Amino acid sequence: MTTHRETLRTARPRVGWFGGVRDRPILLGGLGLVALLVALVMGVGVGSVAIDPADTIAILGHRFLGLDIPQTWSPATETIVVELRMPRILTAMLVGSALAVAGATFQGLLRNPLADPYVLGTASGAALGAAIAVLIPVRLVIFQFGLIQGLAFIGALAAITVVYKLSRNSGLAPLTSLLLTGYAVGSLLAAGLAMAMYLSGAALRQIFTYLLGSFDAATWSRFLATLPIILLASVAILLRARSLNGLLLGEQAAAHLGIDVKRERRILLALASLVTAAAVAISGLIGFVGLVVPHVVRLLVGPSARLVLPLSMIGGAALLAYADIIARLAGGIPVGVVTAILGAPFFLFILRRARTGYEV
Amino acid sequence: MLELDDVTVAYHERRVLIDVSVSVAAGERIALIGPNGAGKSTLLAAASGLLRPLKGEVRLAGDPVRELDRLDIARRMAVVPGEANLPFATRVEDVVALGRLPHEDPFRGARPADRAATAAAIERVGVGHLLGRDARELSLGERQLVLIALAVAQAAPVLVLDEPTVHLDLRHQVGAMELLVDLNERDGTTIIAVLHDLALAAHFFPRLIMLDGGRIVADGLPVDVLSPARILDVFGVDPTFVRLPVSPIG
Repeated sequence: MTTHRETLRTARPRVGWFGGVRDRPILLGGLGLVALLVALVMGVGVGSVAIDPADTIAILGHRFLGLDIPQTWSPATETIVVELRMPRILTAMLVGSALAVAGATFQGLLRNPLADPYVLGTASGAALGAAIAVLIPVRLVIFQFGLIQGLAFIGALAAITVVYKLSRNSGLAPLTSLLLTGYAVGSLLAAGLAMAMYLSGAALRQIFTYLLGSFDAATWSRFLATLPIILLASVAILLRARSLNGLLLGEQAAAHLGIDVKRERRILLALASLVTAAAVAISGLIGFVGLVVPHVVRLLVGPSARLVLPLSMIGGAALLAYADIIARLAGGIPVGVVTAILGAPFFLFILRRARTGYEV
Repeated sequence: MLELDDVTVAYHERRVLIDVSVSVAAGERIALIGPNGAGKSTLLAAASGLLRPLKGEVRLAGDPVRELDRLDIARRMAVVPGEANLPFATRVEDVVALGRLPHEDPFRGARPADRAATAAAIERVGVGHLLGRDARELSLGERQLVLIALAVAQAAPVLVLDEPTVHLDLRHQVGAMELLVDLNERDGTTIIAVLHDLALAAHFFPRLIMLDGGRIVADGLPVDVLSPARILDVFGVDPTFVRLPVSPIG
């Protein structure tokens, strides 16, 4: 008030471990993009046939940038790069970016640091959809999606729709109601999944592979079918960063700051669920990315959604790209296992350092 | 600036605000007083469009509130948040900056003018010594000051506060009141504050509105509103417990 008239300059924020990057989000984003480019070259090079990084760069420059480079590589190498490795590494990046931006959105929307893209039943819905697809003895291809991808996508969206509709008829506060309804519907769907797995017999392994998440089935057509969904919905979320920022202080405070809370909640839930559904349809259930990446980004740059959303997209893409490279180097273990093994200790490390620097 | 015209508000079947009519002119400084459950906060919720009246009309700067969208209302009326229950670590300056959300360019975010308004609000409320700290680790009183700074940064013609002094020590209570007087007299901001401390209300506010049981029971100068008989009647306490300043400022 009239006392404590200290000026802004005399009391600069405490600068700790993260102090250097906090005010340089563009530098951070740039570093992330460089990491992505390196991952692209590495991801193409790693596999049963190792490909020289120089060849990788030459092939990418030749095929995707139209550069006039003398051809020093074999046609087989080019096929591996262009038809197998490129779609795989790009899918990993797309899915990582999708899960991270959806996680950041769900956390902000539900005002809950423990939220992730799967919290409102999308995971169980997708898993049940995929399991049913495995059990149905028909092979269908719709819009480049196989039956598994198609039913996983529909299952995820159906689950979140049911959760949202049911939660609105409850007498509880909207957020509590959403979380509890999500939990209840998720449990019911998980029971359905268990039943499907019990009945699946020889197809059990196929369902299990989906649950663990992998990019083995990545193709250009699946990548290109999912890309516009994830890209458009992510951009739409980025354009609503202001709403997520308003919600930091609570729903009532957000309303007083000019945000139509009910409408924004509906729109952001729909967009984040769409992004999640598209991601799980092509990759299965990959955990940890959507939970951890937004938190790491917040520790680095603070909670403003204007920074958290785009940097989470870059960070999520990088994390899954490197996780997939490691998974392949380790002999093809499921990528979801790698994200957990990599992500959990890193997250704990960040939390420890955060105590001494940026206060959590 | 703000008119409530025969407004009745009900939660489910229970009417908590009954036939309330108030007119607040631009540049007024008003304290709402009354016992718990009298309808003070409900009146504020109706005024800010959060609650839709069962009957009657609320007008803000001439327009019916029900026809304004949230952004229009936020540019006309800043409401100090009742609580800051932050889910993530958030620095004090980032909390105050949220007050600029209604003015921000929706695509580009805060501009230099927004940052200047945020810095000015921090300076004016005197929370500069808290910069860089996580708002979740502040004391209740410090947090209250930060939230007032947020509403000041919002720079709306009407500033609404619901019990802004509950967690403040005596010095900061008086400081907060002086800030409100300054915002009112120097900037012409219309101030509407719910207060429990009748002495503060009488000393710093030229007009008091007393509510009881969802109705306005008195509206006017502190000396008229806070008569011993009315204090006994509305609060049910011996009026000698309430030591009021001899001559309320007018």
